Amino acid sequence: MKKTKTVNQKVRSIDGKGIMMGRAAYTDDFAPKAALVIKVLRSPHAFARIKRIDKSKAEALPGVEIVLTHEDFPRNPFTRAGQGYPEPSPHDKFALDDHVRYVGDEIACVAAHDEKTAEAALKLIEVDYEVKEPVLDFEKAKGNESVIHAEESIHEMFPIGFDPEKNVAAAYHMEVDDVEKRLSESEVTIESSFYTQAQAHTALEPHTVNARIDYLNRLVIYSSTQTPFHVRRILSQALEIPLNRIRVIKPRVGGGFGGKQAIHGEMLAAMVTMKTKKPSRLTYTRKEVFEATYSRHPMRIDMRLGATKDGRITAIDCYGLSDTGAYGEHALTVFMVTGSKVLPLYNKVDAVRFHGDIVYTNRMSSGAFRGYGAVQGNYALESAIDMLAEKLGMDPLALRQKNMIAEGESSPIFEIMGEGTAGTAMNMESCKLDYCVKRGMELIGYKDKYPRQEIGKNKLRSVGMAIAMQGSGIPYIDMGAATIKLNDDGFYNLLVGATDIGQGSDTILAQIAAEELGVDVEKMVVYSSDTDLTPFDAGAYASSTTYVSGNAVWKAAKTMKERLIAEAARSLGVEPEDIEFQGTSFKNKKDDEELTLSDLSNTLFYNDDQKQLSVTESYYGTKSPPPFMAGFVEIEIDKETGEYEVIDYVSVVDCGVTINPKLAQGQIEGGVVQGLGMAMTEDVKIAANGKLITADFLNYKIPTGKDIRKLTTEFAESYEKSGPYGAKSVGEIGIDTPPAAIANAVYNALGVRIKSLPVTPEKILSALKEKNGKHHMMGMRSHDGRNL
Amino acid sequence: MKFANYHRAESIEDAYEILQKDKTNTIVGGGLWLKLSRREIDTAVDLCDLGLDTIEEDEDVIRIGAMTTLSRIEESDALRNVASGIFPRAVSFIMGVQLRNVATIGGSVMGRYGFSDCITPLLALDARLDFHERGTVPLVDFLHEKGKVTDILKAVIIEKSAAKGFFKKVQKTAHDFPILNVAIVKKEKGTRIAIGSRPSVASLAKEAMEYLEKAPTPDEVIIAETARLAKETLKYSSNHRASAEYRAHLAEVYTRRGLMEVNGLED
Amino acid sequence: MKIETVVNGHKRIFDITPDELLADTLKRYDYTSVRKGCDTTSCGVCTILVDGSPVPSCAYLTARAEGKEITTVEGIAEEAERLAEHFGDEGADQCGFCNPGIALSVHALKLSRKSFTEENLRHYLVGHLCRCSGYQSQIKAIQRYLGDAK
Ligand SMILES: Cc1cc2nc3c(=O)[nH]c(=O)nc-3n(C[C@H](O)[C@H](O)[C@H](O)COP(=O)(O)OP(=O)(O)OC[C@H]3O[C@@H](n4cnc5c(N)ncnc54)[C@H](O)[C@@H]3O)c2cc1C
Ligand code: FES
Ligand code: FES
Repeated sequence: MKKTKTVNQKVRSIDGKGIMMGRAAYTDDFAPKAALVIKVLRSPHAFARIKRIDKSKAEALPGVEIVLTHEDFPRNPFTRAGQGYPEPSPHDKFALDDHVRYVGDEIACVAAHDEKTAEAALKLIEVDYEVKEPVLDFEKAKGNESVIHAEESIHEMFPIGFDPEKNVAAAYHMEVDDVEKRLSESEVTIESSFYTQAQAHTALEPHTVNARIDYLNRLVIYSSTQTPFHVRRILSQALEIPLNRIRVIKPRVGGGFGGKQAIHGEMLAAMVTMKTKKPSRLTYTRKEVFEATYSRHPMRIDMRLGATKDGRITAIDCYGLSDTGAYGEHALTVFMVTGSKVLPLYNKVDAVRFHGDIVYTNRMSSGAFRGYGAVQGNYALESAIDMLAEKLGMDPLALRQKNMIAEGESSPIFEIMGEGTAGTAMNMESCKLDYCVKRGMELIGYKDKYPRQEIGKNKLRSVGMAIAMQGSGIPYIDMGAATIKLNDDGFYNLLVGATDIGQGSDTILAQIAAEELGVDVEKMVVYSSDTDLTPFDAGAYASSTTYVSGNAVWKAAKTMKERLIAEAARSLGVEPEDIEFQGTSFKNKKDDEELTLSDLSNTLFYNDDQKQLSVTESYYGTKSPPPFMAGFVEIEIDKETGEYEVIDYVSVVDCGVTINPKLAQGQIEGGVVQGLGMAMTEDVKIAANGKLITADFLNYKIPTGKDIRKLTTEFAESYEKSGPYGAKSVGEIGIDTPPAAIANAVYNALGVRIKSLPVTPEKILSALKEKNGKHHMMGMRSHDGRNL
Repeated sequence: MKFANYHRAESIEDAYEILQKDKTNTIVGGGLWLKLSRREIDTAVDLCDLGLDTIEEDEDVIRIGAMTTLSRIEESDALRNVASGIFPRAVSFIMGVQLRNVATIGGSVMGRYGFSDCITPLLALDARLDFHERGTVPLVDFLHEKGKVTDILKAVIIEKSAAKGFFKKVQKTAHDFPILNVAIVKKEKGTRIAIGSRPSVASLAKEAMEYLEKAPTPDEVIIAETARLAKETLKYSSNHRASAEYRAHLAEVYTRRGLMEVNGLED
Repeated sequence: MKIETVVNGHKRIFDITPDELLADTLKRYDYTSVRKGCDTTSCGVCTILVDGSPVPSCAYLTARAEGKEITTVEGIAEEAERLAEHFGDEGADQCGFCNPGIALSVHALKLSRKSFTEENLRHYLVGHLCRCSGYQSQIKAIQRYLGDAK
């Protein structure tokens, strides 16, 4: 790789200062002062039909501008999921409906001149319900008497196994070779079920939207979204507003993690503003974010592994049951990632099967969440691998090293499984997993610390680990585009559809363009995610931005360079081949005459053959090169109480070349800590009637800076030929390993295998008691987390 | 929380008078817990101008004004010197600095919260409450009372006698309510064991304390039996944070460890 | 009711309802940096300084701010900019929604002149949830900023 000045160098984010200084940046900062305040009436029932709804009293309240119910919306089913079109998610949602399907589902909304009035008006809306029997246990959903979606016009966009009469949102099956046969022939097998919980994203900025009608009589939406272009399309289809009448602007987003890869408040704000012709704003309360957006798909995963006595893994069978909640957003695709971005880790098997159902329940919808199914699958597989190693009498690391995927290799799964459809075959052009594992062992001190050490009477320290892979965008489906525009005085605008949601994409895309064009990052002024002004981009999801949008930017910069060289040659009266491009200047190789970029641009604007230089390029992936990671954790655990603490979490990552090493580290560490939250404390809990218990930060516990003592993060030297400057993705991979690494560390400490997340001290203790043969504590949960 | 009027009391008598005028009238301490309530209040009476925010010390006692913030308590040298400083330590585990800069000891005691990390150590310290109307009431008695309080707390009083203390808060993250908390104070005359967040409000483990009182010099066996009694004789319940069984188990473990510690024994 | 305060060094008169909370008042009077991340005083996003101490503005009665000095991050622009440089160097800046609140708490700490170990600092900042960074880079950046880094 040739020496770079900006890429892979220490470059500060381009926007950090203004953000720290509190400048207007986020959606709500741009809400017009006079905007109507929207408040949403939400269902108190897990499942009910609205028999009658009377809004007259609410509308009569002084200060109330409008009240909307399902009667005010066109009846067009859509999916809120922000995905490529046609979406692999069922169209099973109406803006407002005469049925409510979870506690928190929208019934109506009020727009009033202030918040207090809007809230008072909510109480005046009269609703009569026919309460129906809810389905809250996802293991009882399929074929349940209670059918959650019986509406007529709902449909799938192409076959995804949609079978609403059976409460099945989607289903999937694939098999390579004959798994049952291979398993029955295996010398050693293990079999186990794992449960993963719903996890809440908890981006600190709540979901926020505001709407107005501009002087061209067009609807302008500001939204804290990860997918502005998808939002525009979905709004247009659902509300029957021509696409050209809508503009969606994404300001700074205060965290997304998948939770904003969908339409949430946009539909209501758009309708209020369309009907009243007045600006409106809707900011979810934290309770609404917890209760009525998305969480991670809870799953049960049944893993069966077969191996030879000497530790060659021969077969993997993975059955999954996934809970999509009330609506089927991302149902199939998240589920497929549970297989497709997990099972290829052990690519030398003779047979592999992945199958299962994604079912509806009367819980809040599940949706996209960093890791997108891979976390769930990783926890199950990487726990099972440790179990297999024990049965084989092998070191779990040795078992992994013997069987895991390596550079130059492939897996048949890549070709079979894609985004709700078939996938794309690919070889691992870059895969430093082997290095990641070895380096991680050194950093954590595996040799000395595995499996455990006594420290004091009640305390142990132990280590655990897991390996993981993810993807880099969705091949042949998601496209990103970039425009680079030259300005006088020789600076550029970089216009991208890519969506910075805090991950720093504006910065790294500017770095890529600046590198190619040989200028400082300050000369590359970025504007992103405005459907009127920037080119298209599918959005910030599927770990696509660096790889897909980055490639688009790189292409645009290369094209711009050609155009610049041509103009410089013309200006100097030579051929393009005679020009040496030096970024801020051009040299005539023949006589060393120089022309500065600034002079060239000024001339192009004002003096000679005037023109605006502007190029747009697009890119879609033809493969999705996986980043890889080895995660190692050291914990200190109290034998008597099951309480444990993370002493160090070591991540060694192969994400190709890091465009911005510090921001890449931030992505990994943020992901790891979010994964540790999932592993240790985070748990969306509902009461017996379906009402959310964990509806605030007091009851839903995410890690603080005091909870994880140390993070150690390194990157493998790696170069992905198809990526911009050798880069792959880095946004999701960090979250994948912690659940299995923690469960493995707990096992290595105490010999108890926790098969349901989160791995709580209480479950550990309960499992210990069971293991030690003491009579079981009444009413406690067993180690697999099921109520006894 | 909603209120129609805000009144800054000019004297404690003034505050008391207004408090009696309407059933909904309420004292504001830090206002943090009030904010979370759905109460509709006529007049909120603010005590912030009454100089109730000081920690005073004489030879025998420390008087903590009701409006003293938790941060002040955390930083008080006087309180750090009492019973191994368990009270400031316990307070330091409550949420973040911002919250502790506003939350008051008055609001923390008067709420009789089950989850309180203040009440458990104060109970072990045998604190007394000084009310405007009723005068001094032991905390332990106040906790048994039910119903709305119409009196005003002026101060919390702690004795300064030599003692060793232990406090443990079990929580999921460093920014959490307790799953359970245990406070132990050993004075020359005896040992007090308080266990809170079971999840109901803190209680003394009376049977355990009595057993310990009658027993000879505590050793490992006696301490284990005391801890068992703390587990067996108090009521523990389940909620989404933890089961009754787990809470009872934690109570036993930390009572034992705490007693070992205050008795200078190695656990 | 009307109250008089000093915000970022300037006298301000706010026209408020008796039960109004400071975060709402400040937002209404165009202090854009004051934002909210929760409804239960448990995230730290809305942190401001009252008489130099960090408080959650989402739960602080505006009426009680009568006669007090309020600081929002707009009032410590230079300090915030310097802190942001350290955040930039450590890659600690992500979505940034938590940042203004942290800047104010860190500023208060700096004024207190207390010396802080990493452990102390982690304890001190426990009320500032951040869902993006994983915290370690923030802690490093703040240590550098405070001049405590080894
Ligand atoms: C998000 C959050 C998390 C918390 N976590 C914890 C925790 O983990 N552990 C813990 O121990 N505590 C916790 N607390 C409680 C906190 O420490 C305070 O105890 C609580 O906020 C009450 O204090 P305050 O000053 O705000 O009281 P206020 O809300 O002002 O008052 C509470 C009640 O006490 C009454 N009152 C106040 N002062 C007096 C007085 N002088 N005389 C008579 N009545 C009075 C009020 O009328 C009101 O009914 C938490 C609080 C919040 C908001
Ligand atoms: S907004 Fe969360 S603490 Fe104030
Ligand atoms: S940077 Fe996003 S919450 Fe801290």
